[in-house]
Amino acid sequence: MSDRILLATFEHEDDLLAATRAVRQRGLKIIDAFTPFAVHGLDRAMGLRPSRLTWVCFVCGMFGALGMLWFENWTASVDWAIDVGGKPWNSLPSDVPVAFEAAVLLAGFGSVFALFLVSRLFPGKRAHVVNPRVTDDRFVLVIGESNAAFDAAAVRQLMLDHHAVETEEKLSSEEGDT
Amino acid sequence: MTDVDTSLRPPLITGDKSLGDVTRDICAPMDRRPTGLWWAAFAVSFTALIVGVAAVWYQIATGIGTWGLNKTVGWAFDITNFVFWVGIGHAGTLISAVLFLFRQRWRTAVNRSAEAMTLFAVMCAGIFPLIHMGRTWLAFWMLPYPNMRGPLWVNFKSPLLWDVFAISTYLLISAVFWYVGLLPDLATVRDRSQPGWRKRIMSILCLGWDGSARTWHRYETVYMLLAGLATPLVFSVHTIVSMDFATAVIPGWHTTIFPPYFVAGAIFSGLAMVLTLMIIARKVMNLQDYITPKHVDRMCKLMLSMGCIVGFAYATEFFMAFYSGNPYEQFVFMNRALGPFCIAYWTMVTCNVVIPQLLWSPRVRASLPAVFVIAIFVNIGMWFERFVIIVTSLHRDFLPSSWASYFPSTIEIATLVGSFGLFFTSFLIFCRILPVIAIAEVKGAAHLKKREPAEPAVEERAA
Repeated sequence: MSDRILLATFEHEDDLLAATRAVRQRGLKIIDAFTPFAVHGLDRAMGLRPSRLTWVCFVCGMFGALGMLWFENWTASVDWAIDVGGKPWNSLPSDVPVAFEAAVLLAGFGSVFALFLVSRLFPGKRAHVVNPRVTDDRFVLVIGESNAAFDAAAVRQLMLDHHAVETEEKLSSEEGDT
Repeated sequence: MTDVDTSLRPPLITGDKSLGDVTRDICAPMDRRPTGLWWAAFAVSFTALIVGVAAVWYQIATGIGTWGLNKTVGWAFDITNFVFWVGIGHAGTLISAVLFLFRQRWRTAVNRSAEAMTLFAVMCAGIFPLIHMGRTWLAFWMLPYPNMRGPLWVNFKSPLLWDVFAISTYLLISAVFWYVGLLPDLATVRDRSQPGWRKRIMSILCLGWDGSARTWHRYETVYMLLAGLATPLVFSVHTIVSMDFATAVIPGWHTTIFPPYFVAGAIFSGLAMVLTLMIIARKVMNLQDYITPKHVDRMCKLMLSMGCIVGFAYATEFFMAFYSGNPYEQFVFMNRALGPFCIAYWTMVTCNVVIPQLLWSPRVRASLPAVFVIAIFVNIGMWFERFVIIVTSLHRDFLPSSWASYFPSTIEIATLVGSFGLFFTSFLIFCRILPVIAIAEVKGAAHLKKREPAEPAVEERAA
């Protein structure tokens, strides 16, 4: 299906934020926004849910800590028990530092790889750059025209009222599968 | 939603920049040919690196008998350098992670290069224990993998093994934190480069970053998580380094103050190194508008507070030696201050406690040459601190018949020189090929030029 989309380009983050809020208020579909930096408040303006990546981090961290604790115990008191300075074989306090490091390592790598996975970031990916200046000094809001209530001229005017420097209509197939 | 009004504070960057200016200014050094100054610095660093490589080659081929160690002083120069370099790295993580969690927006000017510094410093640190193993080629025995020797596992009760895990985790997490922070900037460089090899490399490295708000949203979450993980990590790393000493029964090492004392010292030395590098970099790379005297001022305040904690720890150590009533402990501390290595001790006290007190004065903090000189002194002082802790505690042990002295051999000194060579060579190359300031973060944090007319913020507050 080749939906039409409307791209509005802004010069200032405040304009983008205001325009995003206005678009959402009118019940239009926001496909995405492209910004050179993390614009604070844009997630709320777009109505994005809080990311669930925190859970990935938690689960990986727990796996790292518990897995390492088990491993330390198994190696030091089951598989090849060694007496170190007369301490108990399964001495818990001395297992803590390495278990902590394992937790941090797995939690960190787990959440970063989960980010790459859900955001589909991988080496060799061809970026669908809507405007080469979105990584420099332009902010682009992408609005879907699939909605029945869509009136291209009115939305265009709404964007211009919010100081859009440029608006453009396109077929969404050019934008990839967002 | 109300925006946080930052107009009460002075701007983070000067010169009334627009977003495009920020990109251009920070990427400019990558487009220019290296300056003569850069080549001079590179020549010196690279020569030092070559000296180090030759020394490392020789001592691995010959054995660590090439060092000045003896039966009594079994740890000295090598471990001093290891602790010194790990410590240098800690300020990078402090600036990038801890200050991020505290919402200190001025960190954006220095976090990228401080993180790079962390990586290079931890690389330098790693060299020393690897050589110290003697049979460096068997270093992988430190990892717990199923092997044909039993399988004989590693000793998880040893602080030296904790160190293996702490330092490796620290290196890996620092690298990931740095790389994740770089992603948006790599995309910026990709989009502003002409078609060519740089554009191709950057497109691969930035993983197809397109600035999507959905990606930014998740990215911010992950960045926060990494900062949250790196913060306890940085404290754990130097805590574990200090446990290499604190869990031994040697007087002068066997104290519970070591973990906080080492962490404060590490951050202190790291800030000194960040200041040293930043004061040079802003000048050489024309980034005076981004790394302003205000940033230097804030880092000086941090450095001063860390210096005071370190000074307090020196005093506490002395007091505890006296208060413990333990004659061996008392002897070690009197020996530190008045024994054969007293020059090292008083160098340490002068550089770390006395000289940084100058930073109480706003005029000194405002003078970049003065700050530079103080930072150099702190670097020297912190190196001596580790030397004092390690060597003075060992060289006169319980049996006077085994007392000995220690002097580094040429090979050891060459290795230290080489580690500085590795550090500065890596840093200089980094300055050439990557944006030294986090472009996306500066844009997000700085109070940049607004559209005219400016928003009427004053009336709102008056009402």
